[in-house]
Amino acid sequence: MALKGFFNLLLSLFGKRKTIKLGFYGPVNAGKTSLANRISKDFTGEELGVVSKIPHETREIQIKEKVKIKKGNKQMDFNLIDTPGIATKIDYTDFIRHGLSQKESKERAKEATQGVIEAIKWLENVDCVLVVLDAAENPYNQVNITIIGNLAARKIPVLIVANKMDLKKSKIRSIESTFPQYNVVPVSALTGKNMELFYDELFRLVK
Amino acid sequence: MKKGLTLQFVPYNEIGKLDSNSKIKKILKVVKDNKIVLLEGKLKSEEEAMLIQRTMEQIDRNFKGIEIATIEGKDEKDFIAVLKKNLARALLGDKFGLTIIGPASIVKEIKKDPNKIELFTNK
Repeated sequence: MALKGFFNLLLSLFGKRKTIKLGFYGPVNAGKTSLANRISKDFTGEELGVVSKIPHETREIQIKEKVKIKKGNKQMDFNLIDTPGIATKIDYTDFIRHGLSQKESKERAKEATQGVIEAIKWLENVDCVLVVLDAAENPYNQVNITIIGNLAARKIPVLIVANKMDLKKSKIRSIESTFPQYNVVPVSALTGKNMELFYDELFRLVK
Repeated sequence: MKKGLTLQFVPYNEIGKLDSNSKIKKILKVVKDNKIVLLEGKLKSEEEAMLIQRTMEQIDRNFKGIEIATIEGKDEKDFIAVLKKNLARALLGDKFGLTIIGPASIVKEIKKDPNKIELFTNK
């Protein structure tokens, strides 16, 4: 027992500390990149990706490596893996309605379909996942259920982040009652509200 | 000329024994034929992810994707009801529940709560 403790001490002093691959998953426009940016900015001073009101802004996996997250006396290294939003349909005309040209819209739609495929493939490469949901939207939809079901099937630890808690329409209870078996932490990635509680829950998730 | 909606019922015994790839192929073939699939039972979560991937691979000018919803009944709180539901799940496996999959060009939105599905169409 004493020997095991000694080895653990040596490992913690000289060994390679594990970097946790933290995936950001969720439907389109839930605020995954906003949350990843908030975390990255809090601990590295730099943002990770561009955010936009136009759906499918994130169309490629974006990674910020070796983000040292500290909370109280706890500290851990994370690779933040921001993934494109999962969707079951993509219609380029939706982008035209957001002001893009037909050519840009078609290109964006094509890239977005690839992004969804990549996001699903990357489920194999994450250690734990933040499922980011828009708290103002109905959480009981098949995309959310499919994402969480796949993570459960792979035994990947999940924390549900109810983002956009600053919106009047947000219904945190609705998310909690839809996924009663998971911890749900309400935040506003935009304003930074509740991020301290979020970091507590994150350390609880990866302990 | 008025166009109607076509709903195609797919009984569990028609796809239950197929491998995941064949299941997805069969479902997408019906959906791309502009029909709404009423599937007895549900797909495994890995199969749902595969369905989304295959759908994304096939999106083009004519095919915009799918809408999908599975209904399994409300989450019971009463102990006996939970026991009954779990027993039904154990006995029926993936045959338990009902799944609706439709082409996004026809099905605008499927709203659901644990007990009911509302299907909104584009036409």
